[in-house]
Amino acid sequence: MGAIGFKFVVFIVAALLVIVSSLLMTTRKNPIHSALWMIVTFFAMAVIYLLLNAQFIAVAQIMVYAGAIMMLILFVIMMVSLDNGAQEQKRFPMAMGTRLSWALVVVVLLVELMFAALFYQATAKVGSYPAEAVASLGNAKTMGMLLYGKYIFPFEIASILLLVGIIGAVVLSRKNK
Amino acid sequence: MTNYIPVLIIIIFAFLIAALIVGASSILGHKISKKTKLDTYECGMKTIGPTRMKMNIRYYLTAMLFLIFDIEVMFLYPWALVTGNLGMFGFLEMLVFVIILLVGYVYVWKKGALEWE
Amino acid sequence: MVVQIPEMDFGWIVPEIAMTVFAAVALLLTLFRKKNSTWLFVEAMPLVGAIVALYFTFQTWNGNIDIFNNLYTIDNFGVFFKGLSLVILILVTLLSYRYIDREDMARGEYYSLLMFGTLGMMIMVSSNNFITIFIGLEVMSISIYILAGLMGGNAKSVEASLKYFLLGAFATAFLLYGIALIYGTTGMLDIREIAGYVNSGNFMVTPTFMAGLALLIVGFGFKTASVPFHMWTPDVYEGAPTSITAYMATGVKAAAFAAFLRVLFTAFHPFLSGWTYMLWILAVATMTLGNITALKQDDVKRMLAYSSIAHAGYILIALTVGDRTLSSTVLYYLLVYSFMTIGAFAVVIILGRQGSPNTGIESYAGLAGRHPVIAAVMAVFLFSMAGIPPLAGFMGKFYVLTDAIRGGYYWLAIIGVLNSVVAAYYYLRVVMYMYFKEPEAEIGAPDVSIGSTLAIAISVVVVFYLGIFPRLFLMIAHTSSAIFM
Repeated sequence: MGAIGFKFVVFIVAALLVIVSSLLMTTRKNPIHSALWMIVTFFAMAVIYLLLNAQFIAVAQIMVYAGAIMMLILFVIMMVSLDNGAQEQKRFPMAMGTRLSWALVVVVLLVELMFAALFYQATAKVGSYPAEAVASLGNAKTMGMLLYGKYIFPFEIASILLLVGIIGAVVLSRKNK
Repeated sequence: MTNYIPVLIIIIFAFLIAALIVGASSILGHKISKKTKLDTYECGMKTIGPTRMKMNIRYYLTAMLFLIFDIEVMFLYPWALVTGNLGMFGFLEMLVFVIILLVGYVYVWKKGALEWE
Repeated sequence: MVVQIPEMDFGWIVPEIAMTVFAAVALLLTLFRKKNSTWLFVEAMPLVGAIVALYFTFQTWNGNIDIFNNLYTIDNFGVFFKGLSLVILILVTLLSYRYIDREDMARGEYYSLLMFGTLGMMIMVSSNNFITIFIGLEVMSISIYILAGLMGGNAKSVEASLKYFLLGAFATAFLLYGIALIYGTTGMLDIREIAGYVNSGNFMVTPTFMAGLALLIVGFGFKTASVPFHMWTPDVYEGAPTSITAYMATGVKAAAFAAFLRVLFTAFHPFLSGWTYMLWILAVATMTLGNITALKQDDVKRMLAYSSIAHAGYILIALTVGDRTLSSTVLYYLLVYSFMTIGAFAVVIILGRQGSPNTGIESYAGLAGRHPVIAAVMAVFLFSMAGIPPLAGFMGKFYVLTDAIRGGYYWLAIIGVLNSVVAAYYYLRVVMYMYFKEPEAEIGAPDVSIGSTLAIAISVVVVFYLGIFPRLFLMIAHTSSAIFM
């Protein structure tokens, strides 16, 4: 079995895992269980990113999403009341017809997107970083070279963005003295 | 692809060690069945209240601050890979980045957001 | 692969550096203050910072240079809007001095977030690269989401903050998606490169590209509070602290229009004719809906929110005409609009009291008899907004409508005029309350401070000056918008 075959097998496994775990996530009654299945989805997606040679996104997916954002989601679930009464409520007060028509809209949009992706050729110029060039150097390293070289200005502004985020988190969650 | 072999080895070992520990204790350990043993474990005390209690909002602030500094770490990761190519320039630009965030850190600290009360 | 280390042209970004440093110092000063010590240092920071930044911004006039690997641009268009946002910062700071004491908001955070917000505007208006525009927009938006919720004990303020944050996050996602689609179809992020590419003849318009352009219009439409993306505006403007409402209505709108104008007129100008119908509908809907709904408002703050939507509609007229040689109109209109709006909100602030903003129209009844000066300046701002000569608002509307006629958009001009007539009704209604109605209750002493007096005085003088002698600033606006020709 060559490298291509191996990659294919890994992709199929990861893709099935994404589909199954996200289905389980949406169908669980217990929100904590949903959150845990979401972590599985994140990890399986990280594997797909790795297959696509997007190592940085894969690491970000695990560190930021499966790590930090998942923690936030769990805290939110734990902060709201989880009485048994709340769980028995109908989660979507929609009639079956409404649900089906929404589902139809989503399916139509997805199929449309698929056709658009398949039949309209991108007219973009070949950029400076085609897939082969990125693969030879590694995605994270290519990104680092760009982010800390060419894109230094937005990079430094990003730190101000984070600083503003810190101020906001503190000042909005604490009462003024 | 070969770059991932160490990762694979680590994953295999992680599973192996976990299986080993759980398996060994289940084979070697004594099995005494009592009602107290099957009860919820809460620091050896009798359990108080239901499992689903509301968490304090302060945890959320901590989590949010963690998220922000986690993103800072995300910026450090590709930087660490290319810092050899960047040299002094790379060091200085990251210094500016970290100093700006340090202002935020000092703010959080002095504001007492890291303290429980 | 070689790392492109840019030249460190720090000389050109002194205003931005000054803003950052002053904002950080303001933040840190609040932490290390002694109990009951004077706040003067913190309060001086935005003023001093803005004046320093303003001075160095004017030094870069006619700079016309791309720095940091073309990710940041110093040109007159950027300088104009940087100057405008700094002036807005000064006026809003002056307004805030008494107000944030009264409402007991967190001072250090307030001033430093104001400065960071202005920094975001400055970055956003002076870049030709989508990445920098986006990150500037985010710094600005996030600062303002927080500022809107700073009146912690006030449920309306918290609601405003949350609403603005949630809807704003959606709008930013739309904008980012639009940028991604345009990047996907062109492979470029620099809007001048995109302009060169789409004009080169090798470019084939795809639905994906058009979808990207549409999403960009949605994103900017939200930030500029244009119909149908305006739903958040009344609640957010009403709930936010009034000084922040003034800041949002002027600074955010000006910066968003500046970036919108730059992106549309540089990169997508060839496609603008295809979009004229959409922009036409957008402009008419924004004006009409803003004005008609404002008619029914009995709350002055809410009425001003709808009026700011309507003003966005007039600016959209100029965008619809799409003539690059006439884009100075937009700049002039935003300049005029900023001063009269800040002035009107300043009056709203000084008439309020702690815990009771007194923004109902009946609390303006009989104001002229008790406080003739305040009533007179409020009347000046309202007349200016209604577009009555010789005030600045008239000149702004006059130029916009002249543009529409010159461009052959007669219906648009007619609808614009009709809208001005409708708008005059609700502006004059407040004036009528102030001058011809007997007060229902005793009017308390207005909360006048040196800062708010100064802000109002500056606004009044500028509103008269721009109305009577529009030539100088029109020339400046014209020079600034020369980058599109």
